[in-house]
Amino acid sequence: MERPSALQRLRAAFFASPLDGLITVVLLAALLAGGHALLHWLVFKAQWAVIQVNSTLFAVGRYPLDQQWRLWLLTTLLAGATGLSWGLLRALPRPDRRAVLWPANDRLAVALLSGLGVLVPLVLQLSTAIALRWWSITALVLACRWLAGRWGTALPAIARRGWPLIWPLLYLVGMTLIAGGFGVPAVSPYRWGGLLLTLIEACFAILLCFPLGVLLALGRRSSLPLLRWLSVLYIEFIRGAPLITLLFLGQNILGLLLPGGFTPDRVWRAAWVLTFFAAAYVAEAVRSGLVALPPGQMEAARALGLPVHQAMLKVVLPQALRVALPAMVGQFINLLQDTTLLSLIGLFELLGTARAVMANPAFIGKDAEVYLVLAVLFWCCCAALGLGSRALETRLNTNPQPA
Amino acid sequence: MPHPPSLIGKVLRAVPLLAGLALTGCAVEGSGLQSQKLAAVKARGELVCGVDGKLPGFSFVAPDGRYQGFEVDLCRAVAAGVLSDPARVQFRDLSASERFAAVNSGEVDLLSRSTTMTLSRDAAGGNALSFGPIHFYGGQAVMVNAGSGITTLKQLAGKPICVTTGTTTELNLADRMRELNAAYMPLKFQNDGQTYAAYLQGRCVAVTSDRALLAAKRSSFPDPKAHVLLAGDLSKEPLATATVNGDPVWADAVRWITFALMQAEESGITQANVESKLAEATADPNQADLRRFLGVDGQLGQQLGLPADFVVQVIKAVGNYGEIFDRNLGVNTSINLARGTNRQWTDGGLIYSPPFR
Repeated sequence: MERPSALQRLRAAFFASPLDGLITVVLLAALLAGGHALLHWLVFKAQWAVIQVNSTLFAVGRYPLDQQWRLWLLTTLLAGATGLSWGLLRALPRPDRRAVLWPANDRLAVALLSGLGVLVPLVLQLSTAIALRWWSITALVLACRWLAGRWGTALPAIARRGWPLIWPLLYLVGMTLIAGGFGVPAVSPYRWGGLLLTLIEACFAILLCFPLGVLLALGRRSSLPLLRWLSVLYIEFIRGAPLITLLFLGQNILGLLLPGGFTPDRVWRAAWVLTFFAAAYVAEAVRSGLVALPPGQMEAARALGLPVHQAMLKVVLPQALRVALPAMVGQFINLLQDTTLLSLIGLFELLGTARAVMANPAFIGKDAEVYLVLAVLFWCCCAALGLGSRALETRLNTNPQPA
Repeated sequence: MPHPPSLIGKVLRAVPLLAGLALTGCAVEGSGLQSQKLAAVKARGELVCGVDGKLPGFSFVAPDGRYQGFEVDLCRAVAAGVLSDPARVQFRDLSASERFAAVNSGEVDLLSRSTTMTLSRDAAGGNALSFGPIHFYGGQAVMVNAGSGITTLKQLAGKPICVTTGTTTELNLADRMRELNAAYMPLKFQNDGQTYAAYLQGRCVAVTSDRALLAAKRSSFPDPKAHVLLAGDLSKEPLATATVNGDPVWADAVRWITFALMQAEESGITQANVESKLAEATADPNQADLRRFLGVDGQLGQQLGLPADFVVQVIKAVGNYGEIFDRNLGVNTSINLARGTNRQWTDGGLIYSPPFR
């Protein structure tokens, strides 16, 4: 049978029946009207000076100006590692799959990235020096992507296997660059802010709540009563308390309980509270994965002579975590958005920065512009998490769709 | 039937004893002649000051990352008086609900966060704070359209009034209108954004909030001149700084640094002329008041545990009370707030410093 033309397909999709046609027309009209109003506001009414003038504040908060080279260095390292990882992911697929170096998605991503990388500094009217840096960083991501895609197969086996370790390493390097240490002058957490603080809190909590959550999930399914009851108690206590309550407890009660000087900085206190909070939810996601796995898996592994911990690590957990992955990523995205609650305890993260900026008499009443930019920033971060998780799911999927 | 005390019983009985011991320990620590807080601030070389951080004119963050505002300048004044350097302040943004806990747990040395002084906040049985001098006489006000012809609260009877719900603002409005026996239609909103949007759309004839906040919001309206604040306050909101209750030496230092700002305005000492006034006082032994105030004579600074020239340092850093007010809230700023009750007592206001002697 002949394939229908593009026009025919469009017609079938939107105007199959008179009712379909009516719905299409009404929805299109509503979309156009809404889009026109939004565009009109964006271009003619909104006053973007509040974003332009405060762009540094939104990005890094009150981080000392003369130390900001450290953040640029970190951004460059992250950009390089991202590009390389991306290229290697395409060049070295799972052994049971065929490598597609430039799938359509990647070409779209490159187009979007280069477009945004060039346009955003121009739209924000950043100074030439800063715009140049952003352009170079964008170029670096793309160059690394190309290089790794082109030469990735030439890597020795040990480098291929060890490559993912670059991320925990980068985390440590990054925290050293941000906070200081090893000869780099210290910058107090009290000066961190904006997107920087949001990402620090979220990354710290996401990295730590995962192992904690797995341990709690295993504890809850353990045959040892004490371990089981402690895990249940912890999980149910945390899930029964709102995050904001726990944050207040962490900020104010800890100061009363511990002698002065022994309490960690309030930024880290908040990060630990976020971690402990998310761990309870991750534990339940992991438990759902464990429950979904037939008990035969464990029995078969034991029958093969594997000791319990090996059977758990090599057979049960890999399968359970794969099942739990979407729920866990959902939890991570929640966690990223929960960081906005930190503004209520006086931390200077993205929302806190925004509220401080909106209190500047020069920018009173510019709420819409500020909140819109915040929404876009959060959407980008969450979209990145979602994309990453989808790539991981595809990679972990043992039953790939035939290409 | 009496039975032998169990282990748990023993432990439980020991708890009050231990608690008593802990309390005695605290009492001994607090009753020393030396101020722990003052010593701690000096040793740290930095003052930790709790501010709102999100209140126009009072405290906010400028694009260069510096804190600015009326209450921020008070923190800088205290840092200048104690440490002779206004830059040695670490600002902590505090929410309304955590501010008192932050003072009592020692998280902040000084609370400068638009806190209304009330009995229950001062009393040992309440929040147990120690308040500094009142640095801003505020109150809840009502804003109406200039063209509406409304000049008194009574005229709002039967009219819709916009108010943010869940605040004392809402309760004050209800109380005052009940006293006037004037029925009105409250239009309640969850947040300020909605409240002012509704007022601008004309859904209510008036909107009520703190006078300074109303003035700040008005500055963002399309036509600020078309809106007026009614004379007369719905409530008294005297704002003062606060410190922990158990440290009178530290409270005195904060109190007299704040009074120094007010006295400097009364004596005509400004940021610009403080050096020449100091030279004048040093040269002229007859200016006894000025010599004492600026630390040329006497031991005022020493008695407070501060440097002898603390007043000079404070005024050099932030200027006098009037300068701070004009810079952050005054008629030349976008907040556009008249001095009103916050004038010097010599001009008919309430700002009054006890003598420096």
